[in-house]
Amino acid sequence: MAAEPRDITGADDLVRGLWRENPVFVQVLGMCPVLAVTNSAVNGLTMGLATLFVLVLSNTLVSLLRDYIPRQVRIATFILIIATFVTVVDYLIQAFSLELHRSLGAFISLIVVNCLILSRAEAFASRHGPLRSIMDGLGMGLGFTLALLCMGAVREILGNGSLFGVAVLPSAFQPWIVMVLPGGGFFTLGAWLLLINFRKQQRAKTLAVPVEQP
Amino acid sequence: MSDDSLWTIFINATLVNNFVLAYFLGICPFLGVSSKMSTATRMGAAVTFVMLVASLSAYGINALLEWLGAPYLRLISYIVVIASAVQFVEMFVKKMSPTLFRALGIFLPLITTNCAILGLALFQTNRGYNLLQCLVFAAGAGAGFTLALVLMAGIREKLALAQLSDIVQGTAISLMVAGILSLAFMGFAGLGAA
Amino acid sequence: MKTVDIIASDRQSGLAWPMYRALVGIGIICALLIVGVFLYTAPQIERNRAELLDRAILRVLPGAAEVRRFELEQPVYAAFDAAGELLGVALQAHAMGYQDTVRILYGYDPQRQIIVGIQVLESRETPGLGDKIEHDEHFLQNFAALDVHLSADGQSLAHPIELVKPGQKTQAWQIDAISGATISSAAVAGMLRKSAEYWVPQLYNMRVEFTPQAEADDGS
Repeated sequence: MAAEPRDITGADDLVRGLWRENPVFVQVLGMCPVLAVTNSAVNGLTMGLATLFVLVLSNTLVSLLRDYIPRQVRIATFILIIATFVTVVDYLIQAFSLELHRSLGAFISLIVVNCLILSRAEAFASRHGPLRSIMDGLGMGLGFTLALLCMGAVREILGNGSLFGVAVLPSAFQPWIVMVLPGGGFFTLGAWLLLINFRKQQRAKTLAVPVEQP
Repeated sequence: MSDDSLWTIFINATLVNNFVLAYFLGICPFLGVSSKMSTATRMGAAVTFVMLVASLSAYGINALLEWLGAPYLRLISYIVVIASAVQFVEMFVKKMSPTLFRALGIFLPLITTNCAILGLALFQTNRGYNLLQCLVFAAGAGAGFTLALVLMAGIREKLALAQLSDIVQGTAISLMVAGILSLAFMGFAGLGAA
Repeated sequence: MKTVDIIASDRQSGLAWPMYRALVGIGIICALLIVGVFLYTAPQIERNRAELLDRAILRVLPGAAEVRRFELEQPVYAAFDAAGELLGVALQAHAMGYQDTVRILYGYDPQRQIIVGIQVLESRETPGLGDKIEHDEHFLQNFAALDVHLSADGQSLAHPIELVKPGQKTQAWQIDAISGATISSAAVAGMLRKSAEYWVPQLYNMRVEFTPQAEADDGS
C-alpha cells in the first residue's frame, strides 16, 4: 500500500466537504433530493442525515474492499453496496418513526441514485484507507446536510413562516407560498448559487487586483 | 390496485406532476443535456425508451418478489435491472445509429443514475398500478421529461445569445428558468382528474 | 494485493474469475446485511404500524375500549365501548392527492348513520397548503357528523357525499373545501364518496354481525 501523505490529516478530509468542496453548492451533485425534500427544515435535516449515514457506511465498505474489486466491475459493485445501505437506512427509519418515513416516501430509496455517493466512492473511497474514507464521508455528508438545511430553512421560513414547525415570523406575515412549491425549490437553489458565485467573484477581484498592476 | 383511469395517469405524469418540474427527478440530465435542442430530443427519446423497459421489468420483479416474500430485495433488484436496461439500450443505439451514439456520448450511461427511472419504478410500486397502468405511467413520465427538456433547451439556446451578468450565468440562471417553468406547469393542476 | 497486481495475474489465469468472485462475494455480503437488518427491524416496524393504526382508530372512534378486526374485502375495524356496545366501524380509503397518494381512516356509525371522523394516515401534500387536510379544524369539523344515511331501498346512499366551495355547506352530507387546498380536499371528498357508496350499505346491513370478541367466543 502506498504511504499516506502525512501533511493531509483526517481533519482536512472532514472540513473539505463542509465548504470548499461542498457537494451541493460547489460540486452541484445530488440535486434531486436537494430540491424535492427541502420544503421544510425537518425533512431536509432527516434526508441529509440519512444520506450522511449511507455515505459513511458505503465509503467504509468500499474502502475496505477496494483491493478486491476489479476495475471493470467497480461501478456495479459500488452501486450494489450503496443500494444495500440505502435499504438498511430505509428499514431503520421505518423502525424509528413510521410517520417520518411516510412523509419522505420514495425519496429515501432515491438516495441510491444520489450522484454524490457514487462520486465519493469512485473518487475517494476506492483509493484511500478506511479511516480517511470515513472522514471524507462525514465531511461530504455534513456539507450535504448543511446545504439541505440552508435550503429547507429558507423555504420553510418564507413559505410557511415557521422553522421546524415553530412559528418564527409574526402571524401578520403573508407566507410566500411559492417557496414550498416545486418552483420555490428551483428559485431557492438558484438564489444560493447566485450568492456563492457573487462571493467567489468578489474574492477573485480582491485577489486579482495586485496581479493586474504592471 | 389504483383506480385512476389511464388517461388521468398519463396526463398526470406528463403535465400535472411532471417528473422534472414537480417531482425533481432527473435534474442532473435536465441541467446537463438541455443546452442544445438536438441533444435534448434524443436524450428524451432514450429516457422514454429506458423508462418503458424499466417499468415493465420493475412490474415483473415486484410480482416475483411478492411471491417469494422478499420485499427487502426490491431496491437492489430495481437498480440492477435499470443498469442492465441502460446497457441494453446503449448497445441497441450503437448498432442502430452510431452517429446518435456519439452525439449522446457520456449521457447514456448517466441514465443509470438518473433518479427519474428509479423514481418511476418506486412510484408505480407504491401506487400499486397494474401492468397497463405502469406502461401508461412510464410513457407519460417519458413524455413529460422530454417536454421539460425540450422547453428548457429552447430557452437556453436563446439565453446563450443574451447578455447576462457573470454571476448569473450557468447553473444559477438555468435553475431560475426551471423555477418559472415549474410555476407555469402548476397551471395544469387538476387537469384530467376524475 | 493491489488491484493492479490482481489484474496482471488475471492476464495469465483468465480475466473472468476475479470479476465473478468480487461480484458474488460482495453480493453475498450485501444480501446478509440486508436480510439481517430486515429481520432485526421487522418486529419494531410491525409494532409501529399497529400503534399508528390503533391511535388512528381511537382518533376517529373515541372511547373505544375494544377493537376487533374483520376481514372483508379490505380489513374493517369494529370498535366497542366498555359495555360492549358498537361505537362504529373504521376503514381505510385512498386516492391520488396533489403530490402523491393520500390515505385516510374514517369512522362510520351505523346506529346514527353518519361518518364520525377521519384521520389522515399517509399524505405527502405540500406543507402549509395541502397538508391542511390533516390539521385544519374547520375542515375536520366536516366529518364530525357527515350524513350517509341510506335511501329507502337500503342499497345505496340517499345523498352522495359532495364537495362544495369553502363556506357554502348547507347540507349534512356536504364537505366544505379548504380554500387554497382544493385538490387535496377534493381528493379526500372523492375517496370518501367512493368508499362510502360501496361500503356504507354493506356495513349497515351487516351491523348486527359486529360483536365484541367475548360475545363471539361465548356464542361459539
